Amino acid sequence: MDLTNSDRDLTAEVEELSGENIFSCYQCGKCSAGCPFTEEMDQLPNQVLRKVQMGDGSVLDSNTPWTCASCLSCEVDCPKGNDVPAIMEAMREISLRKNLDRVDLNELETKDLPEIALVSNLRKKTG
Amino acid sequence: MRDIAYYPGCSLKEAAKSFEDSALKVSEEMGVNLKELSRWNCCGTVYSLTDDNLMKQLGPIRNLIRARDEGSDELYTLCSMCDNTLKRANSLVRGEEDKRDKINNFMDQENDYEGSVEVHHYLELLRDDLGWGEVRDRVVNPLEGLNVAPYYGCMLTRPKEIGLDDPHDPTVFDELVESLGGTPVDFPYETECCGSYNTVDNEEMVLNKTQTITAGAKKSGADVIITACPLCHFNLDSRQSDLLEVAPNHKPVPVIYFTQLMAIAFGYPEVNKFAEHAIDPREVLELKTKAGSER
Repeated sequence: MDLTNSDRDLTAEVEELSGENIFSCYQCGKCSAGCPFTEEMDQLPNQVLRKVQMGDGSVLDSNTPWTCASCLSCEVDCPKGNDVPAIMEAMREISLRKNLDRVDLNELETKDLPEIALVSNLRKKTG
Repeated sequence: MRDIAYYPGCSLKEAAKSFEDSALKVSEEMGVNLKELSRWNCCGTVYSLTDDNLMKQLGPIRNLIRARDEGSDELYTLCSMCDNTLKRANSLVRGEEDKRDKINNFMDQENDYEGSVEVHHYLELLRDDLGWGEVRDRVVNPLEGLNVAPYYGCMLTRPKEIGLDDPHDPTVFDELVESLGGTPVDFPYETECCGSYNTVDNEEMVLNKTQTITAGAKKSGADVIITACPLCHFNLDSRQSDLLEVAPNHKPVPVIYFTQLMAIAFGYPEVNKFAEHAIDPREVLELKTKAGSER
């Protein structure tokens, strides 16, 4: 990995938005071991955390934060007490605050969806 | 009849109406009146995890203010997502003084809120307040021979500071099922996420998870799955019928709210409106219980 262009701003921004110390992660991988959705992710949660530590901005293109369902399995398993779902939320927010919504309500087939599904999805995936 | 303050949340009035109807009925049977707040708003459904944007905390906190203003120091919920969001927002108010001050200053038309209301899930009323003996005493149709898979999902037990039971080995549903005379079955996916809000923009991901969870319950011998979450219910019930279209060999398992199970055991199956479920539970319940069907 070329770190000459590493984006320390990314690391700082994720820490600020999540309120977490990203460097306390020591890559044990428990978050990924317990995550029920890794099959759907292009990078494992611990890999995403590592890239944020390194300031690798390419990680913002990962589908992992958008696949995360905030189920908090990793949160109860992390031996360092890191709130990994808050770190995933911070990464979503970085995009959402640039007006890059992940879902477009106008494009969705919403007819049969209950309100609890729509409200929670739009809270997580639109700015 | 004892009044307790009740926050329904949006789904309990629409998609999960039978959850509310059955809860009101079984509560009445136990001498408890779920007294709905005279004014309330959506809790936001998901607790905001960003540290800097307090706007998303106002929804849940306003509901706590309503409860306080109506003279309640306790507030009960049925929906596990509402329960989680309200409890976490309350904990923020209690634990972080600077954020509490900002929120109170912003909502200047309200009296300051300091976290005085205690939020409880209805399961805590059963377990910690009324006790399982009170539940057992109301059973007229014991659910003998009915195998029930307790599906806890995420929000009842996580994070552990907020959860009402052990996040890895919860037992409250098992205790309820035993109190109703049924048999709780041990199944491996009882605390595994159903995919939650991804059902809106990634249906396939949820279908995969629905298949894993419901097939896992079936393999463990479950006749029926119980839940406390309207979103889990949608993902496991409605999405299970979507699943059957692409996987016709899937053996469906009906999914019902835990209060509907109570209504059957208490002798009021007619409140359940099972005809509205995507996977109709009536056949298996009629087969297995004396009063599963609607009268």
